Amino acid sequence: MTTIQSVELRGITKRFPGVLANDNISFDVRAGEIHALLGENGAGKSTLMKILYGLYKPDAGEILINGQPIRIKSPTDALRQGIGMVHQHFQLVPPFTVAENVALGLASSREPLTDLDVVSQRLRELSEQYGLRVDPNALVWQLAVGQQQRVEILKALYRDAALLILDEPTAVLVPQEVDELFVTLRKLTDTGHSLIFISHKLHEVMAISDRVTVLRDGRVAGTVATQDTTQKDLARMMVGRDVVTVWDKPECPSEMAVLRVEKLSALNDKGLPAVKNLSLSVCANEILGVAGVSGNGQRELAETIVGLRRATSGSVKVLNNEMTNHAPAAMIAAGVAFIPEERMTMGVIRDFTVQENAILETHADPGLADGVLLNFGKIQKHATRLVREYDVKTPTLDTPVKSLSGGNIQKLIMARELTRQPKLLIAAQPTRGVDIGASEYIHKRLIQERGRGTAILLISEDLDEVLALADRIAVMYEGEIVGIVEPNTPVDELGLMMAGATKGKSEK
Amino acid sequence: MKNFDFSRLNPIIVPLIAGGLGLLVGALMLLALGANPLEAYAAMMQGAFGSTNSLANTMVKACPLLFVGVGTCIAYRCGVINIGGEGQLVIGALFATAVALTFQDAPAWFLVPAGLFAGFVGGAFWGGIAGVLKVKFNVNEVLSTIMLNSIAGFIMTFLLTGVLIDPTTADKAIKIPQTQRLPAASDLWRWVPTSFHGGILLGVVIAALIYVLLWRTTIGYRIRAVGFNPKAARYAGIAVQRYQLLAFLLSGALAGLGGAVELYGVTPHRLFSEGGTISFTSNAGFNGIVAALFGSLHPLGTIPASFLFGALLVGANSLQRTVQVPSAFVITLDGLIVVFVVASQIWAQKRSVKRVDEARASVVKAETT
Repeated sequence: MTTIQSVELRGITKRFPGVLANDNISFDVRAGEIHALLGENGAGKSTLMKILYGLYKPDAGEILINGQPIRIKSPTDALRQGIGMVHQHFQLVPPFTVAENVALGLASSREPLTDLDVVSQRLRELSEQYGLRVDPNALVWQLAVGQQQRVEILKALYRDAALLILDEPTAVLVPQEVDELFVTLRKLTDTGHSLIFISHKLHEVMAISDRVTVLRDGRVAGTVATQDTTQKDLARMMVGRDVVTVWDKPECPSEMAVLRVEKLSALNDKGLPAVKNLSLSVCANEILGVAGVSGNGQRELAETIVGLRRATSGSVKVLNNEMTNHAPAAMIAAGVAFIPEERMTMGVIRDFTVQENAILETHADPGLADGVLLNFGKIQKHATRLVREYDVKTPTLDTPVKSLSGGNIQKLIMARELTRQPKLLIAAQPTRGVDIGASEYIHKRLIQERGRGTAILLISEDLDEVLALADRIAVMYEGEIVGIVEPNTPVDELGLMMAGATKGKSEK
Repeated sequence: MKNFDFSRLNPIIVPLIAGGLGLLVGALMLLALGANPLEAYAAMMQGAFGSTNSLANTMVKACPLLFVGVGTCIAYRCGVINIGGEGQLVIGALFATAVALTFQDAPAWFLVPAGLFAGFVGGAFWGGIAGVLKVKFNVNEVLSTIMLNSIAGFIMTFLLTGVLIDPTTADKAIKIPQTQRLPAASDLWRWVPTSFHGGILLGVVIAALIYVLLWRTTIGYRIRAVGFNPKAARYAGIAVQRYQLLAFLLSGALAGLGGAVELYGVTPHRLFSEGGTISFTSNAGFNGIVAALFGSLHPLGTIPASFLFGALLVGANSLQRTVQVPSAFVITLDGLIVVFVVASQIWAQKRSVKRVDEARASVVKAETT
């Protein structure tokens, strides 16, 4: 291993059109140290690391290794200097074995033949040394996510990386895997490796790092030794103001709750826990906003409530009827409407016409079909009304939905869902990617719907939207509700909660 | 009609042009073989359409293609693929054989409907196997239906050399794998002296009924919803797997019915086999799929498409006889037309995507101005 005693970044500045991503940042990491880089999304963490790894060229500033200024023009350069990176999205070839993935791009010791046996042998030694249990002959696509990450780390170690940059390494892991990863990271520092640990999760940073550098808006908000700081201090540095107060307005009384979710758990598509023991309730005439950085289980929560995803435990009650794991058809019959996050792939059938999409759930209703025969006269009347009432701009009713704009498709979905006069509406990211006009219109409709007495669960990562519409705001983080606050809570505080700042507090 | 949108005729025109191009390449091959293409194609036309008899023969050839083709449309519209027409034809015919041989003395008014229904059920059973495998165990239906074709063929040969064998040949040294002639009461109505039989009319009626099912009923709406977007269909409360299974059952049932019709309607009115091959179907299980493609996977489009393919099959035979080209040419011509038609479908699809993009652009433009 090439020894790196210290890596230092001095006065790094990087400007993108309209954004100052890194503003005079200085940062250093020493041998045997885990230095955490903490900051909200967009604070400049990734940009800084991409500069260090040779993917971006800084506008100003310099990089020093062991006190010597060097230039890193490409990832190959970075590797040559002993800098390795474990990307959040793995760079592996799934049909290849672990050894083949590691050997990829390296010269064989006996060209033109491969030397996979040599690679495997060395991999076994490395695995042994750092507790990274992986079979060199296993096929990558058959490995669990945590194991794939080990392959990525092994890849870097195999290339003699002395400094490892780990970009949000825990984002894809289950808690046990996080514990195992932390053990490995400790072994790495014991053998003189330096680690840069990128995260926006405060408790992990507290658990693993030796020092923390907090970035805010492209600048260094401070560098502190972990043992001298607290989660609260770090949170303050991240946002630049004091930490949240959790509002204790009582939950809506159970006899009035239209939706009552209790201790609900569900898995995501990869089979990892996405919703964890989550409870919430929504009353009639109320909008409960669920705020959170996307990917914290919001999509899974919505899908579990409406019966599209299996709840592994817990219960969903609609109007005091037990409806956990009921089929979507039963939820629709019970008066539950759903505006899905995946508008194009779930909310509409793109090849169906406007008219056909308008009757997706209700095509067999007596008002639209005579027995088993569709009544096109009535269907046309129905669709005409929806298009007019909800201001859907479409050339004709027979136009395929795929030729409408996103905003008009969303208005059509909204029309279809609201015209059923639901008792409960679950609206997931209702205005994402929708133009401003349609967006305002959708907001207006949601407020109207609340006035009509509907209970609305509004899931959105657009904080302004949640703040403007919600009567109460539940902040979701890593599959849990970390707190319920009132809508006059400042954005910064919500942002902090979304990063998990009050997690420890709400668990007490 | 002054603003008639001619692009609506594309589903008809495009496959016709593609078929024509196939014939054109075929003409070049005929030239290379030293035959006069004009003479050859004239013989082909004559063979397919030249007389009442040849026209009837064309329609008889088209009949099983129509049944299989309409079944293919149902599966396709539900987003599943059924390449098992061949096996479903065979099992349908076996079921119909069983009925005819069990009730040898039954009157026609019982035997014909009962036998056709048995064929329908047999095909549904065979298609349903692939459906259950797909829905319950996520087995790829292309593989399972193809394999079920072989299984059906071997079952038929096994039965034809065993329990179903014609009793009059059973004792002879050379056992012909075929049944006895089925009771005359099971024969479909025939327009004597031509070979035209009532099953052809039944096929046209069924194609129309399936059109109504797919586009005019709630069941068809759900089948098509599942076919276009199973995720959205599930979101809308449709039991996706149930409809996929239904599509397999129906698709297989129509092929099975086609097998029963072929058996009851066409001389020699008996099930037969030649070694391991399923000569009884003369490849209708596959040609029917091509006919469906030729008909833009629409049940009504499949009617003329089957007819054209029937004409090709009948006409190519007389072409071969008249101009003396190798029999392989007939298969080659068949294949050429398939290649051109399938390619034209892909081309039309890509083109429609482009048209949608243009339409969207114009809508957006209209909104912003």
